[in-house]
Amino acid sequence: MSATGERLQPTLLELSRPGRGGSIVPHPPKDALDRIPSEQRRTVPPALPELNEPEVVRHYVNLSQLNHAVDTGFYPLGSCTMKWNPKLNEWAARLPGFARLHPLAPDEVAQGTLGLLWELEQMLCEISGMRAVTLQPAAGAHGELCGILMIRAYHESRGESERREVLVPDSAHGTNPATATMAGMRTVSIPSAADGGVDIAAFRAALGPRSAAIMITNPSTLGLFERRIGELLEAVHDVGALAYMDGANLNAILGRFKPGEAGFDVMHINTHKTFSTPHGGGGPGAGPVGVGEKLLPFLPAPRVLREADGTYRLEAADERPTSIGRLRSFVGSSGVLVRAYAYLRAHGAAGLREVTDDAVLAANYLKHRLAVSGAYDIPFDGACKHEFIAGASSLKKRTGVRTLDIAKRLLDHGFHAPTIYFPLTVDEAMLIEPTETESLETLDAFADALIAIAREAESDPSLVTGAPHTAPVRRLDEAGAARNPNLRWRATAGALAPCPD
Amino acid sequence: MTYGPHTAADRERMLAALGLEGVDALFSDIPASLRATPLHLDPPEPEQELARRLERLAGRNRTDLASFLGAGVYRHYAPPAVDQILLRGEWYTAYTPYQPEVSQGTLQSIYEYESLIAELVSLDVVSASHYDGAAATAEAALMACRATRRARVLVSRGVHPHYRAAIRTYFRGAGMRVDEIPLSVDGPAAGTTDLDALERLLGKQADPVAGVLVAQPDFYGLLEPMAEAARLTHAAGALFVAIVEPVSLGVLAPPGAYGADIAAGEGQPLGIAPQYGGPYLGILACSDALVRQLPGRLVGLTTDLDGRRAFVMTLQAREQHIRREKAASNLCTNQALLALAASVWLAMLGPHGLRDVAALGAARAAELEAALAAVGVPRVHRAPYLNEFAVLVPDARRIHRGLLARGVLGGLVLADAVVDDPAVSDALLVCATEVTTSDEIAAFATALAAERAA
Repeated sequence: MSATGERLQPTLLELSRPGRGGSIVPHPPKDALDRIPSEQRRTVPPALPELNEPEVVRHYVNLSQLNHAVDTGFYPLGSCTMKWNPKLNEWAARLPGFARLHPLAPDEVAQGTLGLLWELEQMLCEISGMRAVTLQPAAGAHGELCGILMIRAYHESRGESERREVLVPDSAHGTNPATATMAGMRTVSIPSAADGGVDIAAFRAALGPRSAAIMITNPSTLGLFERRIGELLEAVHDVGALAYMDGANLNAILGRFKPGEAGFDVMHINTHKTFSTPHGGGGPGAGPVGVGEKLLPFLPAPRVLREADGTYRLEAADERPTSIGRLRSFVGSSGVLVRAYAYLRAHGAAGLREVTDDAVLAANYLKHRLAVSGAYDIPFDGACKHEFIAGASSLKKRTGVRTLDIAKRLLDHGFHAPTIYFPLTVDEAMLIEPTETESLETLDAFADALIAIAREAESDPSLVTGAPHTAPVRRLDEAGAARNPNLRWRATAGALAPCPD
Repeated sequence: MTYGPHTAADRERMLAALGLEGVDALFSDIPASLRATPLHLDPPEPEQELARRLERLAGRNRTDLASFLGAGVYRHYAPPAVDQILLRGEWYTAYTPYQPEVSQGTLQSIYEYESLIAELVSLDVVSASHYDGAAATAEAALMACRATRRARVLVSRGVHPHYRAAIRTYFRGAGMRVDEIPLSVDGPAAGTTDLDALERLLGKQADPVAGVLVAQPDFYGLLEPMAEAARLTHAAGALFVAIVEPVSLGVLAPPGAYGADIAAGEGQPLGIAPQYGGPYLGILACSDALVRQLPGRLVGLTTDLDGRRAFVMTLQAREQHIRREKAASNLCTNQALLALAASVWLAMLGPHGLRDVAALGAARAAELEAALAAVGVPRVHRAPYLNEFAVLVPDARRIHRGLLARGVLGGLVLADAVVDDPAVSDALLVCATEVTTSDEIAAFATALAAERAA
């Protein structure tokens, strides 16, 4: 067996041969750099690979085939909403009028994109029940930072800068407490009650004159709608704090629940979840943030404005002194937002309601199939929203097979694994989110696979604990990777693991 | 429904399994008083009509102009191979590589990205990507504070105004201080970071500096005295952060060569379309000594159970999903697909191609300088530049608007972007790259002359 295995690929740097490549741009005149002082010039060229188009393209096509993706199969990664990414949207974002537009182009030559962004803001306001939306944040976590910084600015504007505590349920995404820290706030963790909701008594006890905000994901990362949300919001506002909604799970409530109407003061929306902009192997995303009346003055700059004559413009740098400022360069990730806009236009109100209804129906169906099989623990009864928890705690006690093993065995069945060991509040958790774009046949096949794996765990546990068996690689030495980090290619690494050719 | 596969019969079957009459029962947990009012949105649009609407909107943007606008975002030639690879669903419809056994493509591509950028900046470690140049720069500044346990950074006024604004926003949150280093006003170094001022700012013993941030080239396109700034910074026990434009590193000394501890920058020039602000690519790199302070994902090389070489996300103890409120950053979603674009672009160009792109841009810019000087429009500054520079244009806003009508996007009206530098109150910032043609340059000079005479 070669060092990299049959389906694995050498790195670009191993493929490189001195003298390959070239002729993509014209040669510059010989004196092109004469004006540059010699001490400012690069003396050693960067050791980039030297390759021609066929090697580069084959390298990346072969590498791509080592990936599981929505385009290749089911991806039930809980809380990530791996739904279908419409091809029209990829085409649209690449239209030269959108793709070639410089972000500092004058407003008068950018009316198409500005109008699109403005319309998108209006649609997101309608969906979220918020008063206004900023499209600037580059991802959900960036939106969280935006929201918490606005909350901080709000309290400071009222002379209440001692409000520095953010209440975060223990089932929350790690980004929530990490965001609070970045915004100079202290996280107060709130335990979950037995039914998976927020422990109201603990929550009330934690609220006080130092409370700045609560951050709630609703539905929660357990896939449960917070039934006491009205009571929670009232208690938050009674003590003068604000309510932040993490919109990671918005796919479960489109047209059913508008956070702004219910009393949330601010929320972020992950366009790369709910509105189907592709995840790209980790990014890009976009994290628009909606606000109610109280936070309106603090929105980041620049906003997209519509003039009385129907033209659009970007707010000037110093136009709104109450703004928290900029979180990044330019107006936002417009290329992502074009895709979200196309998705919303394709669906309209009826389509969006159907998205949510089908996503929730699919999750409940899948949950039901696993529940009646008895193969896994289903810790929370009753209807779930778009995702649900199944646990392998009992299975592990009987067979020694863990959730991690089940996840790896699913890969052999051609499925991506669910989110595992999250939320942290459930033992041996699997968070399963089927989304609305998977067929009933796929849902059944996935349930069958999970049930079959539980049977294998009883009859032949080593088959499961040794999985995956058919993936390009077997389980990896993660501890070794962290102990002796090799984070870039160097010639010495080549000696340790030689190129297969 | 638009993209969902369910037939009425499918839904019936699922509801029947659940013993339900309709889907509404699944939403009974939403309190009646808090249920949504009806959604008011336009009706669903059939794909053909939507495609036409999108073409119409895109057509309302003017991208046919001869453009000399850069200011942090640059046009470069991208071989079609780059986008054709990006359009493969195996790349763009995958998620963060949480299951490495079925994500080796993404993981290896990130490792290669880390390797290529490390070569380019000549530093040891590169994060898997940040949102954009501004966010990466803000993270670099925070990183310097964590590493030195100090709470004040100095940022040159030569750093892009958007980046400076982002640092201010991030630092207000973190409760840390940002002071700006002025630019030299007169003489051959005008428009570059004032080193005497830097030395004075570093000298305040009571208020030690964590890091110094200087951009190369600076916002006006000028070459900064990076080696000297780094030396002064290190003498004060602070870290030196270089904010770089990656294509320029094909010909300019890399951060590692002048002792920078951290490099940050905007990766857009590496084959990524301008697309009105993003998605772009935040580059963040550092020396080995700082790796545990580096925010964002890292991919490392390892082996599988059979000893095969493989790649995996590593050193995750820095990250939010493990460390929660003690994490180095809240970063989760990053710009992996754009890192892929940059890698493919660099692989297509290679070291000589990259040098040619940077050098040809410099040659075109020199041609532009000469053409503008010939119609009486001189540079504002005297310091050397690579491919972007400011020119003195009285009544710049009016002239710029007039140029648009003549089919020319005449760079950036500096007074609109920089409010704190009187030297550029009557100036345009213009750039050229390898895609700028002699015809465009001639058209610009002619239009400028005509507009000034008008």
